[in-house]
Amino acid sequence: MNELVFFINNVLVSGSVSGSIYAIGAVGVTLVFSIMRFAHFAHADMMTFGAFMVLLLTSVFPGAGAAFGVPTALVMLPLAMALTALLAVGIDRAFYKPLRAHGVKPIVLVIGSLGVTLMLQGLIRLFSGTGGQSLYVDDRKEIFRLALPIEGVRVPVVITEPQFYLFVLTIVAVVALHLFLSRSRLGKAMRAMSDNPDLAQASGINTNTIVAVTWVIVGGLAAIAGTLLSLDVTFKPDLSFFLLLPIFAAAIVGGVGRPYGAIAGGFVVGFAETLAVFNWSVMLRPFRDSLPEWLLQSGNLAFVGTEYKIVVPFFILVAILIWRPTGIFKGKVI
Amino acid sequence: MPLLDARDVHGGYGGMNILNGVNMTIEADDIGVIVGPNGAGKSTMLKAVFGLLFVNQGQILLRGEPIHNLPPNQLVERGMGFVPQENNVFPSLTVKENLEMGAYLKPGNVKRMLDKVYGFFPPLFEKRHQPAGELSGGQRQMVAMGRALMAEPDVLLLDEPTAGLSPLYMNEILERVKEINAAGVGILMVEQNAKQALAIADKGFVLAAGQNRFTDTGAALLADPEVAKSFLGG
Repeated sequence: MNELVFFINNVLVSGSVSGSIYAIGAVGVTLVFSIMRFAHFAHADMMTFGAFMVLLLTSVFPGAGAAFGVPTALVMLPLAMALTALLAVGIDRAFYKPLRAHGVKPIVLVIGSLGVTLMLQGLIRLFSGTGGQSLYVDDRKEIFRLALPIEGVRVPVVITEPQFYLFVLTIVAVVALHLFLSRSRLGKAMRAMSDNPDLAQASGINTNTIVAVTWVIVGGLAAIAGTLLSLDVTFKPDLSFFLLLPIFAAAIVGGVGRPYGAIAGGFVVGFAETLAVFNWSVMLRPFRDSLPEWLLQSGNLAFVGTEYKIVVPFFILVAILIWRPTGIFKGKVI
Repeated sequence: MPLLDARDVHGGYGGMNILNGVNMTIEADDIGVIVGPNGAGKSTMLKAVFGLLFVNQGQILLRGEPIHNLPPNQLVERGMGFVPQENNVFPSLTVKENLEMGAYLKPGNVKRMLDKVYGFFPPLFEKRHQPAGELSGGQRQMVAMGRALMAEPDVLLLDEPTAGLSPLYMNEILERVKEINAAGVGILMVEQNAKQALAIADKGFVLAAGQNRFTDTGAALLADPEVAKSFLGG
């Protein structure tokens, strides 16, 4: 049973953690694609930017969280979401909108977004420095140890405070997004524009408004994902390096342009990564007596070493592009 | 004052003119039908009226006000509805959501207009929760027309509404066009099935090479042996 708890801690919890972050990230990528038809490479840096805004605000008002009984970073999150949304709209106005107005091919926008990536990374680095910083400036990171009420289980299930908030906020974000897309007038108009932009315009939908709304949502979601990740580990100006590939893999696995697919894809990639680096030798211990010697002698039975975790989404990406380029939910092909 | 008045319209794509002086007048209770051979500029004329094509000479007036080269969303606000020939529904949205998008600029009207549109097209009520992409061609055409009606237009532009439909559905759609017109909506439509369309037309416009060849009532055009010989297949 202790092995099962080990599995829960190392696969279920950590897979859900990365899955949630990839899911929220991939939703942003997929929304931009469905409205503007280009792969937005600067998305991961918008996530970093959101986290950086939280870091800045938390450093300025370190005690604000105590009044609400939550980490200060969470109190600052709504403000950081607004700032990131503003940045996203601003970047669109300054860089992508003029390109769209010229009627360029999508690849030009993709390259433009690479430029934005470099610019954002440089800017963040300029103000944050190059090292990692904790978002827990003045708070203490709580760790919850949940002992399972089963006899013989000595190891508790461990969830940290940021992981708990991560799960809660992911659920809130997904439900809110679902309600917005399926119930609200603007959300339906977004789906309409994703389906058929010409007809959306012929119906009187102002496509510029929809584009701006999309960036506000994308910026807000990016700030949530970046902040939750930085809370769980630490803030680093180059977070996006480790995010870009998994979130694009997740968006493509789910079917590009399909928000629900992106959420599913995020968890597929998150769990695939976690399972690939999981050390299976621990799980074999209960069956020690009936297994061959050579299998037990190896101390590490992971598919890939932790340092090569990033190859997992890469492999998934290649596999899905070869065998099912439209993804699980029949999206568009980039 | 006519509802829609196009005077000597010239226009085209990228410097090449397709329309070389088209004239059309539609009264508020008219069904106007544009017919003519392939490449005559029929659909192009409809697009010019809906602001999808640059008009570089001439005028298009809606109730006396010039509207040429206004963006489509402003034309919707001024009471014009447009149903394109292809890609005229939102395939992943349900039938009801498709219709709601038609009333995007008048959200207060949704409930009343939904009832009205379901009245014109009863099959849509049964299928209201189904994605429009799963419907048959004829039902999709109903969704497309219903969507345009949701904005309560004064004039509805239809681009080949019966293209690709079985004769049964073709008659059904033309019947609905008559009903919609009887409910007070002016119609301007392009049709390949010229005989059937002219039969319900108050005004008929036979275009050739981007110009009016014949302009008369639908009945008169049907009776004209010259029109019949050259444009209606004898």
